[in-house]
Amino acid sequence: MSAMTRRQFLRVTGATLGGSSLALMGFSPGEALAEVRQFKLARATETRNTCTYCSVACGILMYSLGDGAKNAQASIFHIEGDPDHPVNRGTLCPKGAGLIDVIHSKTRLKYPEYRAPGSDQWQRLSWDDALDRIARLMKADRDANFVAKNEAGQTVNRWLTTGMLAASATSNETAVLTHKVVRSMGMLAFDNQARV
Amino acid sequence: MALQSLDIIRRSATTLPEPQARGAHTGQVAKLIDVTKCIGCKACQVACMEWNDLRDEIGTCTGHYDNPHDLSDQSWTLMRFAEYENPKGDLEWLIRKDGCMHCADPGCLKACPSPGAIVQYANGIVDFHEENCIGCGYCITGCPFNIPRISKKDHKAYKCTLCSDRVAVGLEPACVKTCPTGAIVFGTKEDMQQHAAERIEDLKSRGFEQAGLYDPEGVGGTHVMYVLHHADQPQLYSGLPEKPKISAMVGLWKGVGKPLGLFAILATAAVGFLHYLRVGRNETDERDEEAARRELEKTP
Amino acid sequence: MTNHWVDIKNADVILIMGGNAAEAHPCGFKWVTEAKAHNKAKLIVVDPRFNRSASVADVYAPIRAGTDIVFLGGLISYLLTHDKIQHEYVLNYTDMSFLVKDEFAFDGGLYSGYDAQKRSYDKSSWDYVFGDDGYVKTDPTLQDPRCVYNLLKSHYSRYTIDMVERVCGTPKDKVQQIFEMIASTSTKDRVMTIMYALGWTQHSIGAQNVRIGAMVQLLLGNIGVAGGGMNALRGHSNIQGLTDIGLMSDLLPGYLTLPRQDEQDYHAYLAKRTQKPLRPNQMAYWQNYPKFHVSLMKSWWGEAATADNNWCFDYLPKLDKPYDMLQAYELMNEGKINGYLCQGFNPLASAPNKGKLISAFSKLKFMVSMDPLETETIAFWQNHGALNDVDPSKIQTEVFRLPTTSFAEENGAVVNSSRWLQWHWKGADAPGEARSDIEIMAELFHRMKALYEKDGGAWWDPIRDLAWKYANPHLPTPEELAMEYNGKALADLADPKDPTKLVRKAGEQVAGFAELRDDGSTACGCWIYAGAWGPTGNQMARRDNSDPTGIGNTIGWAWAWPANRRVMYNRASCDPAGKPFDPKRKLIAWNGKAWSGADVPDFNAASNPEDGMGPFIMNPEGVGRFFARGGMAEGPFPEHYEPFDTPLAENPLSPGQPLTLNNPAARVFKSDLAQIGKPDEFPHVATTYRLTEHFHFWTKHGELNSITQPEQFVEIGASLADEIGIANGSRVRVSSKRGHIEAVAMVTKRLRPLTIEGKTVHQVGVPIHWGFLGAAKPGYLANTLTNAIGDGNSQTPESKCILVKVEKA
Repeated sequence: MSAMTRRQFLRVTGATLGGSSLALMGFSPGEALAEVRQFKLARATETRNTCTYCSVACGILMYSLGDGAKNAQASIFHIEGDPDHPVNRGTLCPKGAGLIDVIHSKTRLKYPEYRAPGSDQWQRLSWDDALDRIARLMKADRDANFVAKNEAGQTVNRWLTTGMLAASATSNETAVLTHKVVRSMGMLAFDNQARV
Repeated sequence: MALQSLDIIRRSATTLPEPQARGAHTGQVAKLIDVTKCIGCKACQVACMEWNDLRDEIGTCTGHYDNPHDLSDQSWTLMRFAEYENPKGDLEWLIRKDGCMHCADPGCLKACPSPGAIVQYANGIVDFHEENCIGCGYCITGCPFNIPRISKKDHKAYKCTLCSDRVAVGLEPACVKTCPTGAIVFGTKEDMQQHAAERIEDLKSRGFEQAGLYDPEGVGGTHVMYVLHHADQPQLYSGLPEKPKISAMVGLWKGVGKPLGLFAILATAAVGFLHYLRVGRNETDERDEEAARRELEKTP
Repeated sequence: MTNHWVDIKNADVILIMGGNAAEAHPCGFKWVTEAKAHNKAKLIVVDPRFNRSASVADVYAPIRAGTDIVFLGGLISYLLTHDKIQHEYVLNYTDMSFLVKDEFAFDGGLYSGYDAQKRSYDKSSWDYVFGDDGYVKTDPTLQDPRCVYNLLKSHYSRYTIDMVERVCGTPKDKVQQIFEMIASTSTKDRVMTIMYALGWTQHSIGAQNVRIGAMVQLLLGNIGVAGGGMNALRGHSNIQGLTDIGLMSDLLPGYLTLPRQDEQDYHAYLAKRTQKPLRPNQMAYWQNYPKFHVSLMKSWWGEAATADNNWCFDYLPKLDKPYDMLQAYELMNEGKINGYLCQGFNPLASAPNKGKLISAFSKLKFMVSMDPLETETIAFWQNHGALNDVDPSKIQTEVFRLPTTSFAEENGAVVNSSRWLQWHWKGADAPGEARSDIEIMAELFHRMKALYEKDGGAWWDPIRDLAWKYANPHLPTPEELAMEYNGKALADLADPKDPTKLVRKAGEQVAGFAELRDDGSTACGCWIYAGAWGPTGNQMARRDNSDPTGIGNTIGWAWAWPANRRVMYNRASCDPAGKPFDPKRKLIAWNGKAWSGADVPDFNAASNPEDGMGPFIMNPEGVGRFFARGGMAEGPFPEHYEPFDTPLAENPLSPGQPLTLNNPAARVFKSDLAQIGKPDEFPHVATTYRLTEHFHFWTKHGELNSITQPEQFVEIGASLADEIGIANGSRVRVSSKRGHIEAVAMVTKRLRPLTIEGKTVHQVGVPIHWGFLGAAKPGYLANTLTNAIGDGNSQTPESKCILVKVEKA
């Protein structure tokens, strides 16, 4: 092999020779050791999860930065299928294979935000502020419109003027808590994606 | 399998013998793409980009499912969709995962003038080492499948590595692992040929009389093979070449064209060039040489 | 799914209809390819489009959107007239021999009891004949003209193969070929599975589409059998769980139901739902309703729920009508709803008729979104040019968007289509200040409660008394909540058969729903989940994937409801004597003393076959029903009605009857009725669907999926493109009575014109995944085109068949 380094070669041939000429000469600078790219998962932390999209519910392995030490902030950098999972056996569809980009999507929300009536802007607000204001709006509406008895005098205890849609990709645990909170308030216009 | 991965058996633009002592005694690797099981979901494309830390452009729709529209430095594999009406009048949607075939006799490697930019491992993988790539594009000319692409960003050639980094540690390539229907499988070449034989038998029982394996001899066989329903008509699958072989231009370049074309700069680089002439070209088979000669004779 | 994903590998024939599994559920579809590769299975795909599932099918047949009942009615007729039914199964495990009331009738497309004013039926005639013993009368010889068998045969006699071709547009030779393939599974050693999804449900006759599929499977003896079943391929990762836990307008957890307002008496409420056996020796499992209901009320209201106050029955809101999404948007549009909370839901994109939704949302006083991502819904007030042409200054709604954690950033369980509850673990913290939905709901609750404590207000006893025993009341953990839905003993539980024996100590988790009581001594948040986190801990986190028999059940992996059972109705896989119909696909069998095998018996494990208990233990009859009694809004047998947007002037199955052109008992609001399209104005039939590269409106926020399918398109058949001069890749405008979209035309051979009643009908494909936000190229919301008319049982909108006009943009 030619022992010429790139630098030496340039010095010899002068700056008039472009890269493509170098190529045509059949030369290249002293090559790096031919070796494959470093395997990137070697000591990453592996966490088992379930794909959040369809109801096949493929097992996934999420690989994150750091080894779980207190001073290392975990950040997921790669996801692939869980080979032990009886249904997907390590496979993932294009959606599952692309999960990482939705976790890190530029359009992920980071702070509570508010849009005032008539405005065309979002404005940031604190959690305390947001939750307080929402709770007050809900209570005011409930107080104004709660129906304890219907026209026939039957006990109905319902609140029809505020509704809610629950998330169909959230956990059972969220669902259980959401359901009991919502029904305790008397809400009936309450649904999830099952109908659409 | 893992340890063999780092053993290089061929390297571009050099004839210095590679270490030969170790061999792939448990078999070379191969990826088998069963086109008849493929649903064109593009999971392989996504897994490829995800694993290799690539992101192609968010492009446009031009009236086809092929997105991105072509291979690139960011898309090392791509589904190509073809609608085919068979003689019975039924429609077939022939979807082929395109990408590097990892030829046993790799035209890219032969065409490459830059030492060590393209290597072939003992396990059969043909890999590009971009740090050595000079962006000349000869690999594209050399490739009978039109696979490598030059990056507009760094002017280096890129293509599928068969996830050499995964295979090196004993894992299957990312596209293989993710494939939902098992249309892409991976193992030793022998096992993959066996797997293909079973698939072909099943396809024949379903009326695909011409089902067969695509492992073209013209490039010494490939480490990426296809099971096709219509093995007699590979061109139906978005132009898969019927009898691929290394371009005559590769022989041409290695033979006469290069010194002539470069005469003007020989003086300043004489030492190096003489060295090149001394070590000579890589082995090309006789058919290539013959083709090159024919090509030359045609030249006015 | 009655069965589960892996079980599909056991099928001999697979029918994908009303779904596109390869496209929407690729990793589940692998078990289809597995059945083909290793079980010599044949795949049949019936769909308006030659889709990705069709690309690997043995037979594909086109069908006009919205005519599935004609196709399957034709199949039922074929199976009956060619005697291709599983006789032993049908005779013993279905209602074929049951006698039906003389008053029950069907004429001119209508069943007895129709009230045209109310658009609904008096269903009192839709019932069996009962004997003096209180049981249904039967005729096991099937000779009685009033037995279900003869009524069924007569009902579907109109559904000939010719009729299928006329109405569905499916070529007769394909229909014949498919019927023969399906009929091959009427033998005991061959099984078909049916895989369907929203292609069957999103119709004004959606629930009946599903029902008729189930009827086909009953005729063939394919329910309860490995490789068989009715397999609904559900959409979201926990749509099954959210439905199980009853987060729907009329439900309570575990498919218990909310009381209607006329159900003021608690015991009458219970009695109505506590179904007694309709045949001798039947289990009629809903007899246990009171145990599940009381345990739920104890879970929700703890010590406040006592026998004296009917376990807080008054704390439950009472219904005067359904308040499903379609109703909610109608009320909202009328200005009768003020506040709306969207938790991980993007209705502006997902719900029908975007124009109506914008109008409805604009009338809200406040709207809240809890979501990891931006949604079109919470940005409904933003102007995005033609894609969302609104004037923010005129919209007075206060809007809040709260960032939440994603799946990757929390522990918990989700339930898949196979009814498996699978636990998952957090991998990293969420970005920024995002909080979990649990924390947000807990905080909203605490703040409301604090305001009531401080200021008082409308009756708030249910809020005051809501059980809230979490270590940190502000942040209940997923583990605490999972234990809550599993349920526990509140007092020592003695064995009912032997009071000296203790079944469960006070405070312990129950092991299953059989331990639940109706005396307030147990609490359980969702009875069908009892056992998920039992006395031995979290069963949902189990990871033993061994499958010793090879049937694919992996019963040590996670936990399936009910009772970790993998194939529902598995008793029906055995003959009446308890022997598997097909020994090579044995799930369970009677061993002389008990039922056991590779699955958890869906049966009383000690019930001797000689006692004659039927396999469908949730039905009070103990058998599967062809005749739905009063269970369906539009009639006991599925009947074809045209979509509301129909290219036809009359219903070929009930010609000359304007009333039965469309489903006479569909969910229709006047405002939606005014927006029905007519074929002279909108001549093309369009259907909406998903693509494999995207998930609803989420993945367009990620780069990888946007790269693989970047820009909105519609699929148009080559002959329609020729007819109206559209080039592949050019832009087209697709309009319906509700609005229009513009997109790239994908001209394809995969959509072919159909001949319907002698007329050429072109079908157009409208994928749904684009919107005005995200990483992909901005596009129109496809639901701009759809109508909010829906099914009268499930209140699901008719998004799958709409009339449109396609023209150059």
